[in-house]
Amino acid sequence: MSALAHTAATVLAATDYTAAEAKGIAGASSAGFAYGLAAIGPGIGIGYLVGQAVQAMARQPESAGQVQTTMFLGIAFTEALALIGFVVFILLKFV
Amino acid sequence: MADPMNIRIEGPSPAMQVAVDLARKSVWLIPVVVIISAAFWGIDGVLSSMYALAIVVVNFLLAAYMLAVTGRISAAVMAAAALFGFLLRLGLIFLAVLLVRNTEWIELLPFGITLISTHLALLFWEMRYVSATLAFPGLKPQATPNPYLPSSESSDSVPSNLSPSASAPDSYGNRGLSAPKG
Repeated sequence: MSALAHTAATVLAATDYTAAEAKGIAGASSAGFAYGLAAIGPGIGIGYLVGQAVQAMARQPESAGQVQTTMFLGIAFTEALALIGFVVFILLKFV
Repeated sequence: MADPMNIRIEGPSPAMQVAVDLARKSVWLIPVVVIISAAFWGIDGVLSSMYALAIVVVNFLLAAYMLAVTGRISAAVMAAAALFGFLLRLGLIFLAVLLVRNTEWIELLPFGITLISTHLALLFWEMRYVSATLAFPGLKPQATPNPYLPSSESSDSVPSNLSPSASAPDSYGNRGLSAPKG
């Protein structure tokens, strides 16, 4: 990620932007890229989790309540990863 | 195997119960968050942390509500709601931060720390409760009567000479303990 930011800063420095502007643009693009990457993993995880949970409910409808409880907690735990990525993004972008 | 399109989850939603329980537990986190934020970042930190805690609770409730509503339609729709709801809620959190980022009271560091730590703390707290409830349903907090308080039902129905293992279950479904006589 830092290599990407360095490359972007180098490219931008070769243009008409000042060094501070180039650094800001590179930081913003890196932060957005990091946030996008951080959301991919949880997206895959939630898709897999929910798919398996629906399959379990289809196999055993009588245990759908327990499966849904576990699924909800699993979704929330997986979402914590995306939240960590989001917090890193706002700290990089806005602080 | 039944068709996921035809499976409906009737009755009260377990996800909504879990989310409401998480919201109830979050009240206990407020003093901790306030004290830590006030010690390090002052009033602005407290406001930012409370905003983050509110986002966490609303996020849980919204996720559970979407699962509850779509689960009554079908399991496949619930799966779609879980996936697109994930994107929707991330967008809403982003919007919530974007709205306040230029205000005077927002401190993004305590906001971010509170967002992650309270989310994980509430989940681990709830997970312990849920796993214990699934493993030992008779040990729910509301289902543990005080065995030393006399109750007319147990003293009438359970003879005192029965061994604990042979005693009938009480109104809470517990076996083994009856009120002492005398």
